[in-house]
Amino acid sequence: MTALKHLLSIADLGPGGLEDLLDLTDSFVEVSERRIPKVPTLRGKTVVSLFYEESTRTRLSFESAAKRLSADTMNFTVGTSSVKKGESLRDTVTTIEAMGVDAIVVRHASAGVPWQVAQWVGASVINAGDGWHEHPTQAILDCYTIRQRLGSLVDRHIAIVGDVKHSRVARSDVQAFTALGATVTLVAPPTLLPPSLVGWPVTVSHDLDDVLPKVDVVYVLRMQRERMTESLLPSLREYTSTYGLTAERARKLSQHALVMHPGPMNRGVEIAAEVADLPSSVITRQVANGVAVRMAVLFRLLGSGMELAHG
Amino acid sequence: MAERERRITPPYGGVFVARKRVMDADGVRRAVTRIAHEIIERNAGLEDVVLVGLQTGGVPFARALATALDEIEGTEIPVGTLDVALYRDDIGLRPVMPEAVTDIPLDLSGSHVVLVDDVLFTGRTIRAALDALHDFGRPRVVQLAVMIDRGHRELPIRPDYVGKNLPTRRDEAVDVHEDGVDLGDIIHEKRR
Repeated sequence: MTALKHLLSIADLGPGGLEDLLDLTDSFVEVSERRIPKVPTLRGKTVVSLFYEESTRTRLSFESAAKRLSADTMNFTVGTSSVKKGESLRDTVTTIEAMGVDAIVVRHASAGVPWQVAQWVGASVINAGDGWHEHPTQAILDCYTIRQRLGSLVDRHIAIVGDVKHSRVARSDVQAFTALGATVTLVAPPTLLPPSLVGWPVTVSHDLDDVLPKVDVVYVLRMQRERMTESLLPSLREYTSTYGLTAERARKLSQHALVMHPGPMNRGVEIAAEVADLPSSVITRQVANGVAVRMAVLFRLLGSGMELAHG
Repeated sequence: MAERERRITPPYGGVFVARKRVMDADGVRRAVTRIAHEIIERNAGLEDVVLVGLQTGGVPFARALATALDEIEGTEIPVGTLDVALYRDDIGLRPVMPEAVTDIPLDLSGSHVVLVDDVLFTGRTIRAALDALHDFGRPRVVQLAVMIDRGHRELPIRPDYVGKNLPTRRDEAVDVHEDGVDLGDIIHEKRR
């Protein structure tokens, strides 16, 4: 295992790095299942979350992960901060670093902000979602959840359905799923696909009913209405009737197939309320695994000491 | 003599090169049987006794002890495994990585825990293990069984059951495996 300073993208993990992290996560799942789910590993370390976009699960998940490792946590939310007074990103980051932090968890509406922050600070930077670009910890927890339920991703067929265009989750997931040997099909109307898919190791379909019986996992993306600046869809009802995972469509899935969603769900839009609660749905499992995966990431960056290894 | 790869585990990984066999397979087997008898005697039977093997070297030793205890008393003893990486006091000073998932199948409150490890050296692993055990309940008593006590303690920790006391130099290494116990050195070879 090599040293890892930041986690900005799935590619940062390098060949084999993703598998190593999934193996490491097993130990933290065990810790999370204990009566006292806390270990002293990162005592004295400080983790700050710097969120320029709203979030429930990712921010709480990182905070919970840091606390289970006995790190101290600080929270920065734009709404209640000096950003409202016009402070620049650089000044905000410099101020936070001057307080002595070991890791900064960054979420921002613009792609590339975590890279920029990593240039400015000595602390480790973790990308918790930047614009449409990447959300690596989500992809890692998705891989972990699939591996936990299906054993392995090798030769598994995964359909990613919905608003791929605006989805950082899809971009990170495609890289991670294919790196672990899965085949990925994107299912979306042409207006919700990226303008170019050159270099994406995926196939594309516009027919969800045709794809569903063939897949091991159907990964439903959230309709990101807040990022839709132009009219990409005639109506949400029409979207639901052609691309929504309705109860009727879910019956086409094979017995072992998993239903996943990164949350927050628009029940009744991209996924029917009753589908999200089926036994094949692992959506709450994803959230639970998210904490363990983020513990593994924080440990890998702050505690493993791989930079001290020989050779 | 055989060379054995070591993962990143104290001290620092590298390749173990054996110089001298200090205990053969029969010696190890006899030590296991003797320690099993000592455990029964010390605890006046096996009621509430739980073996906890430290990952990774202590686990096969713990399983061997459980088998010996079963043969002597006809009682199956619970065996747990513990990885202490997340409790070490040298996190940030050297590479630390869990090597296996901890598995303690029961609440340890009120039990007689016998921690089992292959080699006792500085005592820091055992210190970490005592911290870790605390998160699984409050044992009535904790005892320590090791196959080899090689000295050089840095903490006030002593074993209750010892397979063999082996005087060593600080820079030497001890390797306990299925065919016995070897004394040798860890070689760091960048070219490998």
